[in-house]
Amino acid sequence: MTGIPQALDPAAAVRAALPEAVQDVIEFRGETTLVIARPHIVAACRFLRDTRGLVYNYLSDISAVDYLEPYGGWGDRPERFALAYHLLSMLYFRRLRLKVYVPEDDPVVDTVTPVWPGANWLEREIADMMGIRFAGHPDPRRLMMPEDWNGHPHRRDYPLGYETIMFSFNVDEIMKHKPFAKE
Amino acid sequence: MGITSKLGNLGIVTTTLEEAVNWGRTGAMWPLLFGLACCAIEMMSTQASHYDMSRFGMELNRASPRQSDLLIVAGRVTRKMAPVIRQLYDQMAAPKWVISMGDCASCSGVYNNYALVQGVDEIIPVDVYVAGCPPRPEQLIHGILTLHEKVRGERIAHWATN
Amino acid sequence: MAIATAKNEQVARWEGNIEELRGLVSERAFTGETMLLNMGPHHPSTHGVLRVLLELDGEQIVSCLPDVGYLHTGIEKNMEHKTYEKCVTLTDRMDYLAPMSNNMAFCLAVEKLVDLDVPERAQIIRVIGLELTRINSHLVWLGTHALDLGAMSVFLYCFREREYILEMFEILSGQRMMTSYIRPGGVWRDIPPEFMPKLQQFLEYFPPRIDDYEKLLTNNPLWIDRTQGIGIIEPETALAWGVSGPSLRGSGINWDLRKAMPYSGYEQYDFDVPVGEHGDVYDRFLVRIREMRESVKILRQAAARLPAKGPFRSNNRKFVPPPRSELGQSMEAVIHHFKLWTEGFSAPDQEVFVAIESPRGEVSVYLHGTGGNRPRRVHYKTPSFMHIGALPVMTQGHLIADLVAIIGSIDIVLGDCDR
Repeated sequence: MTGIPQALDPAAAVRAALPEAVQDVIEFRGETTLVIARPHIVAACRFLRDTRGLVYNYLSDISAVDYLEPYGGWGDRPERFALAYHLLSMLYFRRLRLKVYVPEDDPVVDTVTPVWPGANWLEREIADMMGIRFAGHPDPRRLMMPEDWNGHPHRRDYPLGYETIMFSFNVDEIMKHKPFAKE
Repeated sequence: MGITSKLGNLGIVTTTLEEAVNWGRTGAMWPLLFGLACCAIEMMSTQASHYDMSRFGMELNRASPRQSDLLIVAGRVTRKMAPVIRQLYDQMAAPKWVISMGDCASCSGVYNNYALVQGVDEIIPVDVYVAGCPPRPEQLIHGILTLHEKVRGERIAHWATN
Repeated sequence: MAIATAKNEQVARWEGNIEELRGLVSERAFTGETMLLNMGPHHPSTHGVLRVLLELDGEQIVSCLPDVGYLHTGIEKNMEHKTYEKCVTLTDRMDYLAPMSNNMAFCLAVEKLVDLDVPERAQIIRVIGLELTRINSHLVWLGTHALDLGAMSVFLYCFREREYILEMFEILSGQRMMTSYIRPGGVWRDIPPEFMPKLQQFLEYFPPRIDDYEKLLTNNPLWIDRTQGIGIIEPETALAWGVSGPSLRGSGINWDLRKAMPYSGYEQYDFDVPVGEHGDVYDRFLVRIREMRESVKILRQAAARLPAKGPFRSNNRKFVPPPRSELGQSMEAVIHHFKLWTEGFSAPDQEVFVAIESPRGEVSVYLHGTGGNRPRRVHYKTPSFMHIGALPVMTQGHLIADLVAIIGSIDIVLGDCDR
């Protein structure tokens, strides 16, 4: 491997360049997670993409998690929501996860579309399904659900919305209420 | 079909109007080229070389609802898609029939949740339900033949309402 | 479904709020100089229920706004209410042309989360399933892509060969399409005895058929006219927009997760990664055709490597149910069987991320456990989703007839996109 600069440790590099950004470093099953402070996510992404020795040039995924527990609260997590950015370095064949905790009462994160335009739809999906808004997003319309839909379905407090399953003992009761289309 | 031919070589057969019309309707029932999800792929298999739906006069899928007689709802119907399906159904010219293909279209199958209409019969009337996830092409063909049977049994009184 | 050109009529017949589109379509659309045209969600060439809002200057596409969600099934939400083993059946129905790839991605994530081993033989069986799935998916892509561009006979040939693969899937798993064959810890059941002869037969039968498709299309002047120089996406743009799989390789980037970050023992197989040059529709077509040949190569090696006897799933009884033959003899087996099929197994409150190379590109699973028997969050990033997101870049400045070719060439499945 000639001509490829030595790979750097992403946690140490981000700590050195953006001292306030990294809140925590977690290792689990060989995956590295950097917990990034919310205001620094775009700077961290740009740094990780453009620095020699890191070159996380490909955004694999952005996912959102809701840590709401069944009986309220979010356990020992600092905030209710979290975003997980999964970066891939095609030069060093490794992945990195950036995690940003997002509070419930102010669910706004800066958009990373200036860094990776492909984040456009991933962020739109999160805004639609999880209700986390992205400041400066070029296209803030709903993506999956109809425009007049209420709520954000992937939140843990949003009901699954199932209907009662028909069995022989309750079929008469359900058929009375079930809508059937006319011509 | 109940055709009785007159004695002699007059070239005349007699039958009832209902039977002649219903025979014509089953012989060339054009489905709407409309697929939603997994079942649409099995519907394509049914039309392709191996199962060959043209044996039943159905090789011609029309892309326009105005030219089609049969709507095969192949796949899951979401709440976002439901108005579109209703509009397509309304645009079809009578007489028209609907086959609900697969579990998802019939009763939303394994997805009992917020996103799906729990059975397409909530938005359009359905003639034949085909079970399976997805149904095999043989099952779809059986559903179509069942529909043909149903159509052959229709009476003039039904035509007025169809 | 077209929206008329005259300004007043356009605003009147536009069902949504036209102000919503400010900044997304050019300013000329508001003065009525360009035309807004709605394509889909019911359209024969959109490969599912994709709706595209086009801004047209004559026949030229000025801007293109895809609208998805017409097949949003809430699978990710549904998975949060099911145990890990039951989730596998739902993954099939996302990308319904490549069910095994989705099974595989999810099972790898579960195995990583609970640290479960997979025996060597199960990995080879998985590779056979995955490569058959790849051929299966590419056959549907080729058939429908050619059908969109007016080559009807290719569709009939492709579906003839596809039936062959579906028969094999039926032997393997009992289902033609929704196989759910790959399970956490291995596969559902051992390969039935009639499968391997069928596979050998297929490997003899199939390569000449690829030559047939190539004879029909590769040097066909009509096909070349419709596809060369259309829908070009530069390598840098493709990376920035998250394009992956054959569409990325068509742009000349040699990136295949099977080679780059191997899983399931792919590093032991000898195969090439076909790469295009120009990044147009034609190159993406060539890459996929060559990929089918490479898949045949992998299948040959896998069939030769497969041991006749051996475990087909992990022996870890805490996660994998015991075989039925043990149930009559061992009390422990009965307890494990009962626990696994009622409660399921528990996974730690941690997160893992797994990506594999599906026929369409990089499909990745983000799985977050709760510490209990159900996941907190499952998120699939699917290649179709990213490719439809990149559609506006590819269609810029092309004619409306080329849109059909471009949509076909990025090989989208709307179930995969909307989930």
